[in-house]
Amino acid sequence: MDSTQLLLVLSTALFALGLTGVIVRRNLLVMLMCMELMLNGVILSLVTLSQQAASTTGAVLVFLVFVVAAAEIAIAVPIVLLLARRKHTLDGDAFTDLRG
Amino acid sequence: MMEQVLLWFFALAALAGGVLMLVLRHPMRVALALISTMLSLAGIYAMLGVHVIAVFQVLIYVGAVMVFMVYAIMLLDVRDPSFTRRYSAYLLPGLAGLAVLAFAFVHAIRGSLPAVEAPAAGGNFNVQQFSVAFLNDYWLYFELTSVLLLAAVVAAIAILKARRGNNG
Repeated sequence: MDSTQLLLVLSTALFALGLTGVIVRRNLLVMLMCMELMLNGVILSLVTLSQQAASTTGAVLVFLVFVVAAAEIAIAVPIVLLLARRKHTLDGDAFTDLRG
Repeated sequence: MMEQVLLWFFALAALAGGVLMLVLRHPMRVALALISTMLSLAGIYAMLGVHVIAVFQVLIYVGAVMVFMVYAIMLLDVRDPSFTRRYSAYLLPGLAGLAVLAFAFVHAIRGSLPAVEAPAAGGNFNVQQFSVAFLNDYWLYFELTSVLLLAAVVAAIAILKARRGNNG
């Protein structure tokens, strides 16, 4: 297998594993970490393809995505802590009343 | 040859970390598996010649995001039932979805991609070129990024205020 193909297959595998983790796992923090795994898979494909095109724009875009991911986690973790404080559990099934 | 072996090693390590994230029970071990996956990805980026992104991956993801996550895990009660029962009711549908998704993705990639040899690593993404392009062409996005981070800080403080208001 060519190395580009290997990296693209790895990125899709990481994305699929992360998506499955979000669906399958029970703990809210673990679900958040699986979302981070999905994002990492997508970033891997972005880096691979932008390195093939030898573009600096790709590197800048990856940096901006990193910053957005850091901001996202800075919001998401306090929200999870707030939910845990309110219901005294991190079980995702305990929050089904948030459904619209 | 050596590079190919290292690339396969890092790829397999990242994949093993991803699989362990689904299997392990305690969130702290899941966090450690995710950290190992991210470090393997940083190794892959360094091997591709994009050293800037490898450094950012270690600094921002492992250094900031995952330390924050580990901190949050340590704050919480370990005797919670969600820490001892690892899977929700969607286990079987989720696994079936994983099988279908992985098959479709791998089939599409193997069928459609031409085998392109990657260009020679190094020189494309050194720090000087990156920073010149970043601050000459993309300075507006740099400023917008700082505004976004400020908004995130304000929002986190607002969430903490809401918690305090409900409890007190």
